Amino acid sequence: MASEATSVIEPGGLDALVGVLRARGFTVLGPTSRDGAIVYEELDSAADLPIGWTDVQEAGTYRLERRNDEARFGYAVGPHSWKQFLFPPRVRLWRARRANGGVEVEETPPEEGPYAFFGMRSCELHAMAIQDRVFIGGKYVDGDYAARREDAFVVAVNCFEPGGTCFCVSMGTGPKAEGGYDLALTEILDGAHRFLVEVGSERGAEVLEQLPNRPAAETDVRAAADAVDGAAERMGRTLDTTDIRNLLTDNLEHERWNEVATRCLTCGNCTMVCPTCFCTTVADTTDLTGESAERVRVWDSCFSVDYSYIHGGSIRPSGRSRYRQWLTHKFGTWHDQFGSSGCVGCGRCITWCPVGIDVTEELTAIRTDQVGPNTGSEEG
Amino acid sequence: MDTIETVLRDVPLFGGLGSAELETVAGCGSNVRFRSDEMLFRDGDEAETFYVIRQGAIALEMFVPSRGPVTIETLEAGEVIGWSWLFPPYRWHFDARALSLVRATGFDGACLRGKCEADPKLGYELMSRFAQVAIERLQWTRLRLLDVYGYARVD
Amino acid sequence: MATHASTDLREPPGPMAPEPFRVSRRRRETRDTWTLEFEPVTGVPLELAPGQFTMLYAFGIGEVPISISGDTEGPLVHTVRAVGAVSQAICASRPGSVLGVRGPFGNSWPVEDARGSDVVVVAGGIGLAPLRPALYEVLRRRGEYGEVALLYGSRTPDDLLYRRELERLRGRFDLHVDVTVDSAEGGWHGKVGVVPKIIGGARFEPDSTVALVCGPEIMMHFAAQALLERGVPGERIFLSMERDMRCGLGHCGHCQLGPTLICRDGPVYRYDELRELMAVREL
Repeated sequence: MASEATSVIEPGGLDALVGVLRARGFTVLGPTSRDGAIVYEELDSAADLPIGWTDVQEAGTYRLERRNDEARFGYAVGPHSWKQFLFPPRVRLWRARRANGGVEVEETPPEEGPYAFFGMRSCELHAMAIQDRVFIGGKYVDGDYAARREDAFVVAVNCFEPGGTCFCVSMGTGPKAEGGYDLALTEILDGAHRFLVEVGSERGAEVLEQLPNRPAAETDVRAAADAVDGAAERMGRTLDTTDIRNLLTDNLEHERWNEVATRCLTCGNCTMVCPTCFCTTVADTTDLTGESAERVRVWDSCFSVDYSYIHGGSIRPSGRSRYRQWLTHKFGTWHDQFGSSGCVGCGRCITWCPVGIDVTEELTAIRTDQVGPNTGSEEG
Repeated sequence: MDTIETVLRDVPLFGGLGSAELETVAGCGSNVRFRSDEMLFRDGDEAETFYVIRQGAIALEMFVPSRGPVTIETLEAGEVIGWSWLFPPYRWHFDARALSLVRATGFDGACLRGKCEADPKLGYELMSRFAQVAIERLQWTRLRLLDVYGYARVD
Repeated sequence: MATHASTDLREPPGPMAPEPFRVSRRRRETRDTWTLEFEPVTGVPLELAPGQFTMLYAFGIGEVPISISGDTEGPLVHTVRAVGAVSQAICASRPGSVLGVRGPFGNSWPVEDARGSDVVVVAGGIGLAPLRPALYEVLRRRGEYGEVALLYGSRTPDDLLYRRELERLRGRFDLHVDVTVDSAEGGWHGKVGVVPKIIGGARFEPDSTVALVCGPEIMMHFAAQALLERGVPGERIFLSMERDMRCGLGHCGHCQLGPTLICRDGPVYRYDELRELMAVREL
């Protein structure tokens, strides 16, 4: 829960924050610029942040541009999501040996952590909660995810610069972080460059005490609120989510699926960048002697033909059925399976689709019963 | 009561036919018996009869060189064999073998065709009923064609 | 006896790690199908319910979901068809070799709820394997059920599973057994025809019957239609569905069938709830 009392720190306070977290044994992960994109990697200090950079995103395009200020968080989200740390693309689940006439299995504990997530947006907090429900909220708990998740420290950031493909407002997931964090920062560029800090946990309060900070004045609180409200008004996309689960169930044979199938490459980029996609497969291997074996879990995508293979063939051989599966799962049947939408409106799938397929446009087309392309609205 | 008429009344194929019609059809029928393993008819034989099985089972077979007789379908009490009597050249298209002692009623094709021509309404009734049987058999045959239990590919 | 390595373990192995089970018996059923019986290496037997499945692991090769096919009050039994690398390795495992087992997973046939009703078990091909435990449960408490019928079809007589057992079951006076094959060559004096056809002639009261159906999806579809035509209500017809599975825990996403996950919400489904899903191509 966000605490009533708020504080303010200077940009220098961010360096202190990273230092305090490292001193407490956390591996600090956060945004940094590399290869023309803002990605999430280990931060040595706050100087690693993409200071003064912003992103320009549209369907199928992503570019970085210089800002005319020194904003630390003046961009939206990039191709990485935090799932790569909690739910790594490749995890060795166990190793086994033939021994004593039988098989001995040794469990492999997670290698790193604890993690501090520095700069998690509201949509990403929601995405993490959605993955929590999948991996630790059901009958079986994913021990590896649970271990990584348990100690994770979250420094959330409230967006003031929405992305060109963002629609968190439509999905009810932002731009303001409402909970699930230890500390939340709102960057204020109006006047003196400073950050409003909200405390979300006891751990967060303890850490804040170790930073140079002052109590927030009403002007600070108002400036922060204005920044976030401004973001809410400049969303790149909107989506009508009224009764969307039934909309999809009732339209499994809509002509639009045929149409989008002529564009979709089934490359699976969307599933790789989506912060909630969780599908995996396992690979069992042995060494050359056949005496020891291991099982590795890797990310998988429902867009691959093999994904639905059972003896004799795939259940979904056509690209049409695979696109339909992904979209109807994300926005529809996810509700049945996990009690919420699977989408948080981050816009990554729109940006990183090589042919620029826009989920908001596809869903609107089905709702308004249109078949041709480019019929969606792009109001922001 | 003519026993053949009684037999017909119990056969699903003739359900709902009036007494007069049943009597007419019965007039073309006679009871027959087949011993276990006896052939009722063979592929290519003149098909001037259709049979209603009263007791026992019949196997419809086709002889395949190097495989021998392959059973395509078995029929039981209450079922009808044969519609080749309806259309020229009036020849059977497969073999039929009794799988046990079989009691059946055979109906003479020429006799029935005559009665149908004299009474087109009766003709229509018989035609639609035989069409129903044929359609049902076709559906089951199509299902077998799908080879749903087929040997899966090894990969 | 082999247990788990002591030093590296932080806590007991999670649900993705298999338990070792030793093959105690192996019997060939047909040209490509074997039945294996297992003993737990650690001595802790599994609690099984009819209709459930385990993830069966062949060391170093992989694992596949296989239905439990023996008496749930007895040792673990699996009937496996060799169709790929993993199942071939499993089928080749001789008594004494150790395989890995995870589970059991999934829901079960509504054997308890069916008490007081007639029960019709309709199986096609290897579909008899997941139904056999349900039949055993029903026969164990035979007095609590009305008419009980087993209707079973396979491709040819050589593909019939549990042949000797079927002959024994046929001899019971309180069980109606009807077997049919798609085609037969000389020597078969039984029925030749499809399973939906023999549903028509089976002895049961449609409005107080529970039907349990398992086999290839299209066979189940026609069998369910035949049951509906006889007047068995859709909410009392149960099918066992199958999809690709990689975890059995509801985490890998592969076994999705519309709004459900087969490993968690199935594999047993009520036909009235399933019908619309089955009608969508490539769902």
